[in-house]
Amino acid sequence: MDKPKDKTIKKMMLVLSRATLDSVYACFILANGARMEGIESEIFFTFFGLEAIQKEKLKHLRIATTGNPAMHIPTLLGGLPGMEALATKMMKSEMEKLDIPPVDEFLEILSASGTKLWACKLAMDMFHIEKDQLIDEIDDVITVGDFYAKSEGEGTQMMFI
Amino acid sequence: MNKTFADVVVDVNEEGYLTDFSQWTKEIASEMADEEGIELTDEHWNVLAYLQDQYKNETALSIRKIGKSGIVSIKEFYTLFPNGPLKIASKLAGIPKPKSCI
Repeated sequence: MDKPKDKTIKKMMLVLSRATLDSVYACFILANGARMEGIESEIFFTFFGLEAIQKEKLKHLRIATTGNPAMHIPTLLGGLPGMEALATKMMKSEMEKLDIPPVDEFLEILSASGTKLWACKLAMDMFHIEKDQLIDEIDDVITVGDFYAKSEGEGTQMMFI
Repeated sequence: MNKTFADVVVDVNEEGYLTDFSQWTKEIASEMADEEGIELTDEHWNVLAYLQDQYKNETALSIRKIGKSGIVSIKEFYTLFPNGPLKIASKLAGIPKPKSCI
């Protein structure tokens, strides 16, 4: 008789296409949480997600205060100068209380934990980003096809953020 | 639930974590490590002692705190206890499974 199939998750392939702080943290916490459970994880940074791995930009990621109904701020007010910075500051202070690291430290933790970090070649070309603008922890600049190839195997889940 | 380690019966939960830290012994940790396929070295014991200290101080554990502990780097931590270092190390240390997501 065949053995019962092992249906546990073996690998999480996360695609990060955005650079709002909430999306970036969702992605990082999922990737790190996987490693903590003994699950492999890899992140493919594409489009605006590339902001999260650029040395000069990753410290300036923000919460979106307009077009975000969950902020409970009227759109006109959300667009005022300083609103994004204020909301971001408040969220960062709450996260620090929960021991959630800032973006740069989080990337170091992910890399040390064995999470693979990939940058999307097409988006790099599109935004004219050179590899030396990226953090050192990036494993490589790859194509979508490369990313699919790395997703091979049973128990792989892919998620777009 | 009961489980026997090194000829001693101890109380464990359904995931195999000791429910009474006072029952923990090094022999129990060694047998648990065998089950996880880990051979305990001095580095492992240092980490277990650190976790137990944190538990006694009622400090919540996270991967970030481990990395800053000066006891072990995050990379080494994953090498010492593959397949989920914080939960496995906590189990071997006889302390509850951490509820942390980070």
